[in-house]
Amino acid sequence: MVYSQSAMAIVIFVAFVLFVLCISFYFARKTSSASGYFAAGGTIHWSVNGIAFAGDYLSAASFLGICGMIATKGYDGFLYSIGYLAGWIVALFVVAEPMKRLGKYTFSDALDVRFNSKGIRAMAAISTLVVSMFYLIPQMVGAGVLVKPLLGLPHSVGVVMVGAIVIFIVATAGMTSTTYVQFLKGALLIIFSTILVISLFYRGLHINSDYNTEKPYHKFKFIQAMITKEGKIALSNKEYKTKEDWQSSPYVKKGFIELVNVKDNQESIWSVRQGKGGVLVLEETLWVTTLNDGTKLYNGALPKEGRFYPVGHIGLIKGEKGDYVKKTGALGPVSYLERLKDSIVILWGKKIIKDGDSKVAVYYQKPTRGNRLLRPGLKFKVDNATPMEKLNFISLMLALFCGTAALPHILIRYYTVKSPQCARKSTIVAIAAIGFFYILTLYMGLGAMVNGVLNITDNNMAGPLLAKSFGIALFSIISAIAFATVLGTVSGLIVAATGAVAHDIFDVLFRIKMTDKQKVMVGKITAVVVGCLAMYLGIIFEGMNVSFLVGWAFAVAASANLPSIIMVLFWKKTTQEGVTGSIIVGIVSSLGLILISPDMYVRYGLLPAQAPITLNNPGIISIPLAFITLVVISLLTQKKKEAVKA
Amino acid sequence: MFHEPAPTEQKEDKAAPYKAKLGIWMFLIYAAFYGVFVAINTIKPTLMEKNIGGLNLAIVYGFGLIIFALVQALIYNYLCAKEEERLNK
Repeated sequence: MVYSQSAMAIVIFVAFVLFVLCISFYFARKTSSASGYFAAGGTIHWSVNGIAFAGDYLSAASFLGICGMIATKGYDGFLYSIGYLAGWIVALFVVAEPMKRLGKYTFSDALDVRFNSKGIRAMAAISTLVVSMFYLIPQMVGAGVLVKPLLGLPHSVGVVMVGAIVIFIVATAGMTSTTYVQFLKGALLIIFSTILVISLFYRGLHINSDYNTEKPYHKFKFIQAMITKEGKIALSNKEYKTKEDWQSSPYVKKGFIELVNVKDNQESIWSVRQGKGGVLVLEETLWVTTLNDGTKLYNGALPKEGRFYPVGHIGLIKGEKGDYVKKTGALGPVSYLERLKDSIVILWGKKIIKDGDSKVAVYYQKPTRGNRLLRPGLKFKVDNATPMEKLNFISLMLALFCGTAALPHILIRYYTVKSPQCARKSTIVAIAAIGFFYILTLYMGLGAMVNGVLNITDNNMAGPLLAKSFGIALFSIISAIAFATVLGTVSGLIVAATGAVAHDIFDVLFRIKMTDKQKVMVGKITAVVVGCLAMYLGIIFEGMNVSFLVGWAFAVAASANLPSIIMVLFWKKTTQEGVTGSIIVGIVSSLGLILISPDMYVRYGLLPAQAPITLNNPGIISIPLAFITLVVISLLTQKKKEAVKA
Repeated sequence: MFHEPAPTEQKEDKAAPYKAKLGIWMFLIYAAFYGVFVAINTIKPTLMEKNIGGLNLAIVYGFGLIIFALVQALIYNYLCAKEEERLNK
């Protein structure tokens, strides 16, 4: 996709990012002493902390990833909203107050409070680093996609930009400034998303998706065709003819046909479906060709030629009286969903075809009933699914439910308020803010689906591009907030990672006595190393839905941390060996299963079918495995525990 | 970068056992509600298309899970605060 840049968009964006940085430095400067540098312990009001929780949590995955997945796969994207929010229930009812009571610095303090074990410290710190790294990848991918349409920069530049800014913020600021930045960002994200959704309701639904500010929405053509007795294809549109060798083309086997425009000789790919009375219906597609040298052609041309179009339209809209209408007029939150449920929406399928040395991704139209896309099953197969496909779905929902309460950068925020009661209250504020936002994601995603703004090759920009259809100002503000979202979340994650290294590994495990200044130095070095690694991974994972990537982070967190947290809090027979073993098994099994999953095989340049397992989400295996490990090892090491007591 | 140790405003909380027990029960209720949602989608996904007041079951259940989380959170906070006040006087 080629986007044209607007000077106003760039000015608003840069001003907003500078504003965020100024706030960060303002609070950083208020901490004059070295100990004040390690800011925030217990000084933040619970309501501010609650919105900051939302700021931390509503990362690139929530705003970019969920909206993008809903825009292309319907309700399956909303499953992430439901699962992410449900995870807060575990945090509130099971973890919040006891963790606050037990912990001092990091969540490993809470895990280790009964044992004083170096092993637990080390494993908890490693787990924090691994989970933070997994969570950092999607944030970096999100940053990359944001700068493309906004600033016209390549994905990799966006990733490096975020990495550099965040390392700078974290290396100079601290927890207080991070909290206030998160508070501001969380609040603005909710406010402007609400404005976007209200605008969407006011616009209603329309057959003509011509809201693109740059050029008119492309009207996708269809041609009727018949196969003649001679085995040739007769087309109803004389502007096109079939290619000479169409019968031997690799596209035919996959349900496509290549046509040539008689006027300009341009080739195009059309999907073929059976119409009424033996007539074939050919529909225009979009396709991306990856040449042998890595060059990508969009609809057969380089991106700058602008032959690739945004997509997203409705085929049929059912009116209130059951008739079909061209537009609905303004709608409310319920009627918007009602109308969409009864409409036919054009979604897009994707098939990969090998054409000589080139790989061609063909995107074809898939008219889908509204009621079908407003329930699960378009991404995660549940209809007529194999047991493994069902397990995949259950596994995802389990990881989302269990992951939140095990995320280090979320757990660390429980120590920024002064009491367990405040921890509880800030969690409730977070649930209210996050829940409201997640309801908005459904509308934003569906809005992007039917307003002609989608980049079909990378759905992560669905939300901001929907905003663009309402004007450059809203687009710039929303993009800037999304960028700040990435900055804030990445800062929070790097804070958690640096804390793990400086406190748990250097201070407690290695017992290296460091001055405050030295601790700051260790933290800064960790921030730079973790940040650089995250930038590298962010570039590699370009194009993958960020919410899907966060799903993996949740699975790793839930497997590595949650069994230990729960059992330390609620099972008296838990031993330090059990906790250590459980964290090791949780990390190794979840990481191992992800690395051999079909989706990772695609990243390796292999076919998904070559993966040894068909499971994309490890949670269903790795979470119970970590629990079982903890229980078994703890029972086996009871005598040792009693001997230590004696 | 880091944060200071949590402050010492941690008097003995006599309501802690009550809150822990209440939390577990409320968690189990929510987990059951969530579990049914996952089960319907796994066992009979077409049931999610069932019309409920103009919307389908998937939308109503999905919104329900989000709203129910907040309602439960508020009830939990109310009950905890009441017990804290009674026992920690």
